[in-house]
Amino acid sequence: MAADTSPEIVIEGRAITRDYVMRAGLFGTPRVVHAVNGVDFAVERGKTLAIVGESGCGKSTLARIITLIDPATNGTLLIEGQPVDIARQPMTKALRATVQIVFQNPYGSLNPRQKVGDVLMEPLQLNTDTPASERRERAMAMLQKVGLMPEHFNRYPHMFSGGQRQRIAIARALMLNPRLLVLDEPVSALDLSVQAQVLNLLSDLQEEFDLTYVFISHDLSVVRYLADDVMVMLKGEVVERGSRDVVFGDPQHEYTRKLFAATPVTDVEAIRARVARRAQLLQTQSGPAT
Amino acid sequence: MAPILEIRNLTVSFDTAAGPFKAVAGIDISVSPREVLAIVGESGSGKSVAMLAVMGLLPPTAVVTADVMRFDGQDMLPMSERERRRIIGREITMIFQEPMASLNPCYTVGFQIEEVLRGILGMSARDARKRAVELFEAVGIPEPAERLGSFPHQMSGGQCQRVMIAIAIACNPKLLIADEPTTALDVTIQKQILDLLMDLQEKHGMALIIITHDMGVVAETADRVVVQYQGKKMEEADVLTLFETPKNPYTRALLSALPEHATGGRLSTVTDFMAAHQGEDA
Repeated sequence: MAADTSPEIVIEGRAITRDYVMRAGLFGTPRVVHAVNGVDFAVERGKTLAIVGESGCGKSTLARIITLIDPATNGTLLIEGQPVDIARQPMTKALRATVQIVFQNPYGSLNPRQKVGDVLMEPLQLNTDTPASERRERAMAMLQKVGLMPEHFNRYPHMFSGGQRQRIAIARALMLNPRLLVLDEPVSALDLSVQAQVLNLLSDLQEEFDLTYVFISHDLSVVRYLADDVMVMLKGEVVERGSRDVVFGDPQHEYTRKLFAATPVTDVEAIRARVARRAQLLQTQSGPAT
Repeated sequence: MAPILEIRNLTVSFDTAAGPFKAVAGIDISVSPREVLAIVGESGSGKSVAMLAVMGLLPPTAVVTADVMRFDGQDMLPMSERERRRIIGREITMIFQEPMASLNPCYTVGFQIEEVLRGILGMSARDARKRAVELFEAVGIPEPAERLGSFPHQMSGGQCQRVMIAIAIACNPKLLIADEPTTALDVTIQKQILDLLMDLQEKHGMALIIITHDMGVVAETADRVVVQYQGKKMEEADVLTLFETPKNPYTRALLSALPEHATGGRLSTVTDFMAAHQGEDA
């Protein structure tokens, strides 16, 4: 990337807040849950921001706000410098084409009664006035771009494996040539080997289409592989942010350190130490017992 | 030491419209007392089906055969259902991936653990309650006496898995089989549950079989590892040897597909790897 161009911010959030009101029965006072509480972020074109956290930290709520599915209760969302508020203005087709999302569960995110070809053509049909023949052509091309075959065009989702379905979901998200792709745990439902294939595909596509990714994950090893910047969330707030190397190399917040400590290590030296510790323990245990 | 569980040439097949499908195609598994064995494989490798066959939890459409199936010196093959049930649920117990789905939502967790204590161990209601509190304490549930009155939906996933573990160890089993015990849980909770399992294993000296697809879980828990792929055993080794010098191409492929082992930009994938080694097998 050329050094003289200043980085272009594709999406920016300022003090994004999302509240949910929990009703407490007929006479109870309603309780307000801050699912996302004053989060700031910005992602440069072609980069990947990873949002890390455990269930209930608000990462998926934030993903829905970024994808313009749910409005934020408070705060400003800017897409390519323009403020967007879907609670006030109607959603436009141009905006829809800018941001797309890939969901976690490829078994739930595809309509079982819709053929793969129709899955891919539907975004074009709804949001553009591309003629039918061209829709077909583009869907066919996208199918091959994500590593599937032309003969898959007329098949139904149940005929595909989890990894293939996730490829279809990625293809659908790319049909409108979005600039920003939100990936909500895209590989956590997949086997390790398939996970590797899908991660490779994502990094190829990012390069080819100059895509910006917001990558939601709880898996730190995947984040380390894919992210440029990392944001760690806890209870709706950002507790740590920085470039990948800084966050992984020198985590500051206690919670980030806790996350790292809990992530299993597959390093040979760590296993050697554990095995030695265990052998010693079993020895001392079996001594007096028998 | 004689193995506590010894299985030789286990096959499990299901009748399908397209003919019989072999989910497990002749595997040998043995685990010694006080040993932690990890069975690792991807979906469809038959790792869960093999253990469900031992537990007798497969649907009637499954055809199970084995040359040897021995538990603690007893031959399990000629046993009747009734004889088998003296072992299953008492000396061999199992916990599953979805703790929420494993517990009955209609009854309190206290009722469910006391049911086991009274039904299997024949305890009186009062003794069962006392023992249930002890067990909840042993698996690290805060305020155990109060929590006995909770329903599963009032507890978090990690707490439910603790309840499941408490039920599984209630009869002091000689072997605990944990089928993907932490897959549905957050990493920090996963760590707690794995620590708890290892702690209980060391304290009670039971054997533990952990079925998982996660190499990280294997690295953190196992003494010995069996790698399964498409119903066959690919490799068996102690945990250190497996990670240090994996022999089988599939094991090597699995390890190199780990994102933390990525060298340079790309991850190697299992299919590339298996395709490259196709010629060697034939």
